[in-house]
Amino acid sequence: MNILLQDHISKLKTGIEGFDHIGKGGLPEGRTTLVAGSAGSAKTVFAAQFIVMGISQYNQNGVFVTFEESPSDIKRNMLGFGWDIATMEAENKLAFVDASPQPGEQPLISGDYDLGGLLARIENAISKTGAKRVSLDSIGAIFSQFSDAILIRRELYRIATALKNLNVTAVITAERISEYGPIAKFGVEEFVADNVIILRNVLEEEKRRRTIEILKFRGTNHQKGECPFTITSEGIVIIPLSAIELKQKSSNIRITSGSKELDDMCSGGFFRDSIILASGATGTGKTLMATEFMAGGAANNEKSLLFAFEESREQLFRNATGWGIDFEKMEQEQILKVICEYPEVTSLEDHLIQIKSTINKFKPVRVAIDSLSALERVSTLKSFREFIIDLTSFIKQREIAGLFTSTSPALMGGTSITEGHISTITDSIILLRYVETFGEMRRGITVLKMRGSKHDKEIREFIIDETGMHIGKPFRDVTGIISGNPQHGIKTDLDRFDNLFNPNNP
Amino acid sequence: MKKYLLKLFITGKTSRSEAAISNLKQICSENLNEEYDLLVIDVLDNPQLADDEKVLATPTLIKELPPPLRRIIGDLSEKEKVIKGLELKKINEQE
Repeated sequence: MNILLQDHISKLKTGIEGFDHIGKGGLPEGRTTLVAGSAGSAKTVFAAQFIVMGISQYNQNGVFVTFEESPSDIKRNMLGFGWDIATMEAENKLAFVDASPQPGEQPLISGDYDLGGLLARIENAISKTGAKRVSLDSIGAIFSQFSDAILIRRELYRIATALKNLNVTAVITAERISEYGPIAKFGVEEFVADNVIILRNVLEEEKRRRTIEILKFRGTNHQKGECPFTITSEGIVIIPLSAIELKQKSSNIRITSGSKELDDMCSGGFFRDSIILASGATGTGKTLMATEFMAGGAANNEKSLLFAFEESREQLFRNATGWGIDFEKMEQEQILKVICEYPEVTSLEDHLIQIKSTINKFKPVRVAIDSLSALERVSTLKSFREFIIDLTSFIKQREIAGLFTSTSPALMGGTSITEGHISTITDSIILLRYVETFGEMRRGITVLKMRGSKHDKEIREFIIDETGMHIGKPFRDVTGIISGNPQHGIKTDLDRFDNLFNPNNP
Repeated sequence: MKKYLLKLFITGKTSRSEAAISNLKQICSENLNEEYDLLVIDVLDNPQLADDEKVLATPTLIKELPPPLRRIIGDLSEKEKVIKGLELKKINEQE
């Protein structure tokens, strides 16, 4: 007999982007979840988004109990995310319970008391709106209103129990002192210990990194570990890394790289759903490759999208004109879209969200990013790796070809840290290198790897002129190009070798 | 109209509620003669009134008139505190 382990606790979809993925369906339904975080970790946004999404997406009304900010402050703050809480309130879909400190004198305390007033008001608000969702934000504030912490803790436990009996799904937020320490202040986790979520806002290598971690969902499954998230104009967006599945389809359809000779080196072009990494030192022709990749798509009437993080729009368009490519005309025909941005304008997570939403809107067949190294500047190693993983899987799922460029730090040879992280994820790697020969800098190109296809193994010379990139013959007389130590003199050996079999030779 | 308007919020007919009511009545009869109106509001019957006054704890006594508004939380067993909090002595002495 087989005993199947089943989830007995059903989940409630929150509607918070990415959360339902890491929560494997959402929050445990009919239960209370503690959301703990330090100051500025987006607890209130989480609590409000939970309520607002319930109303706007699932037709579930909600109650917002506020202990810290006044309802009018919350309404005003959340308007920035486009959440019209005042209208929801007017339509009786949302009710506030204002438990924020009132201006004026502190109330006197004479004898025993409980929080019966608060509980009655919450119950009243729930029955008035028929609420399915309740948020309490943030309960630490009530401990400063009343001095008896033991009594307040006992009363909050009573409220949590009452919420359970009312069959609502509740979110209780609480403060933490440090990012990696006790779960919450005042030991509040003791009475809502079933489900705990932690929001973090860690300073790492001088950069802020927001993460969410589901610490526990009692009796039901969830993703483990920290997941990055960001706050966009639409609220919290979680990037569920661990939820990415490796089940992209593979296609055999080839698309042009934009250069006939490079297509030949790759046995007929790139695969339509592959990720190509072009790596080389500054000035080796990476931007040119990206430009030709775009032009090649546009020429075949394929929508192409270019994200440029290194050069300005004017510069990029001028360069393209210099190689005989008219970006301006392509953009007018809406076959091309060029987005130029400084990496420093926002965080890597926000760049990711922006790239994804642009791809979703424009629906390109090919995407180029010039360059990944520029994006690496604004992130930590960890978030950069997560960025690459998330972006590549996103692109592949949509069967889009992606060309990423990466700048290697050394002029001759060498690899960058960037490549170390992404080389295993990319399907093809193309190296662009400087080759020093007899007092002359020449350029070399080679296809280092190409998954699922034969490819040219030779290091070929290429030149750049007013019509773009031209790949020529292989470097026969030089070794050590890739390692950055070109050695000559083999030519004579080769000649001798060739001559051995030359019947014309004596 | 009477000089004092007092509102007492309680939760249900518990012993704590009863204690608050009897403590308050005693304080009033000893200090206010007949010069007061007392409203006892059970939040279980009237949660909206509790919401309007933003009552969290019960029992809560609110002295609405004369100004200034005062709030006292608890079963009012510490009578001296209540008398002081309602500023009864001060007002009586002025008279």
